[in-house]
Amino acid sequence: MPSSRQRARLVRFGVYAATLLGLGWLAIATDWARLQANFFDPGIFWDLFPEILTRAARNTLIFTAFGFTGGLAIGLALALMRLSPVAPYRWAAAAYIEVFRGLPALITIVLIGFVLPIALQVRVPGTYGPGSLALAIVTGAYLAETIRAGIEAVPKGQMEAARSLGMTHSQAMTSIIIPQAFRIILPPLTNELVLLLKDTSLLFVLGTTDQTIELAKFGRDAVAETFNGTPLVAVALVYLAITLPLTRAVAWLERRQKRATRDA
Amino acid sequence: MGPDRAAIELIALEKRFGHIQVLRGIDLAVTAGEVVCLIGPSGSGKSTLLRCVNRLEEPTAGRILIDGEDIGGSECDLDRVRTRIGMVFQHFNLFPHLTVLENLTIAQCKVLKRSRVTAEEKARTVLTRVGLLEKIHDYPSRLSGGQQQRVAIARALAMDPEMMLFDEATSALDPELVGEVLGVMRALAEDGMTMMVVTHEMGFARRVADRVVFMDAGVIVEKGPPDQILGSPQQERTRRFLQRVTDR
Repeated sequence: MPSSRQRARLVRFGVYAATLLGLGWLAIATDWARLQANFFDPGIFWDLFPEILTRAARNTLIFTAFGFTGGLAIGLALALMRLSPVAPYRWAAAAYIEVFRGLPALITIVLIGFVLPIALQVRVPGTYGPGSLALAIVTGAYLAETIRAGIEAVPKGQMEAARSLGMTHSQAMTSIIIPQAFRIILPPLTNELVLLLKDTSLLFVLGTTDQTIELAKFGRDAVAETFNGTPLVAVALVYLAITLPLTRAVAWLERRQKRATRDA
Repeated sequence: MGPDRAAIELIALEKRFGHIQVLRGIDLAVTAGEVVCLIGPSGSGKSTLLRCVNRLEEPTAGRILIDGEDIGGSECDLDRVRTRIGMVFQHFNLFPHLTVLENLTIAQCKVLKRSRVTAEEKARTVLTRVGLLEKIHDYPSRLSGGQQQRVAIARALAMDPEMMLFDEATSALDPELVGEVLGVMRALAEDGMTMMVVTHEMGFARRVADRVVFMDAGVIVEKGPPDQILGSPQQERTRRFLQRVTDR
């Protein structure tokens, strides 16, 4: 009867062998020529440039920037309302958060983009207006809980020290608590940013103009035009080129955070 | 401020947390320039009492008078009153995202509306007083516990308070760092600062305090000169507490 360590080694060996066999089968069974023709056509690929970057990616980033800035503002307001001693503020904030976290982002975008203008006879200004607002509203709901957790994670002693120096509650919040809260929640905040960036792909439902077309719609339009899958691969690569550095930045921030709290 | 008016006066002070009565009627007056040490077992309410003085805890009954002024009501400008009372905490509570200089000037500028120049001058003066001028641009995380606490004391002093509250200021320090902080506190006392000190350091109480107050289970059991309370306590509870503390 082999020892447990020998058994573990056998299992590992087995897993490696199975993986290699699986990959080997894939390599042989795949029709590489057809794959390349349908998804990696160099001509079509390079035709997408520079517009895939100068228009599509640029718009994606603009929507993300506006959406995130708005989301931060809304999220901070909601977090403060959730922490307020005034009960109606707490309930209103809780309701908002429940609703917009419970709805798919797509529905919220449709609501802001179509339902709102019809209901209130008002159009959100700016070329990037409706899309950015919708994204901000959704992001705000998610950020609210993150920001609230960050504020509550700041040690109570900080507020006590600030108040005992004579600072008002809002002075203490602005200069002492909120800056520290944001440092604490930088990793989840960056995660939220990446999620928001991906959600921009939902903005197509608002109808796109040549001016505001974002990355995913750009890719899908090009696929329809060329009857080829290459634009989707190109778009996927551009998305990854943006999100991968961001997620690496998050990991780096988390490591720095751990080091900072350890040395304190 | 008249010579016979108390700097701090606590009248029939009570504090309840939920069902737990922590303070059961405290009467205590601290005159200007006096150093009062509060001693007692944990749970006796001494920290709660201290924190009631600047209303970090709100008493459930009783009155608090600072320089004869009742600070208990909602009409009282509590923020203004707090600038006259400096507080030093067990866990220092320095602002970690600010340098030592910024820690010392932020309240001076925001609350006392001093100019940056004046505030910085003041910061340098008080840092010199606690012996840490060279650390002025460091962040708190680079300082030892004793240094952080001395900076915390400087931060409170920068506001030119009339009185200082110390809540177990040395309890979180490694033993070899306690001395440097007690030294600063002693110097403050000798300079005539009105001080209320919650402490376990009996040596400090003996040498520096004008009065020692022994508390147990929410009441003042005994109070008097340090030699009397620490040397020949009248009450059995006081004796038992001191025996437990010194039997190490």
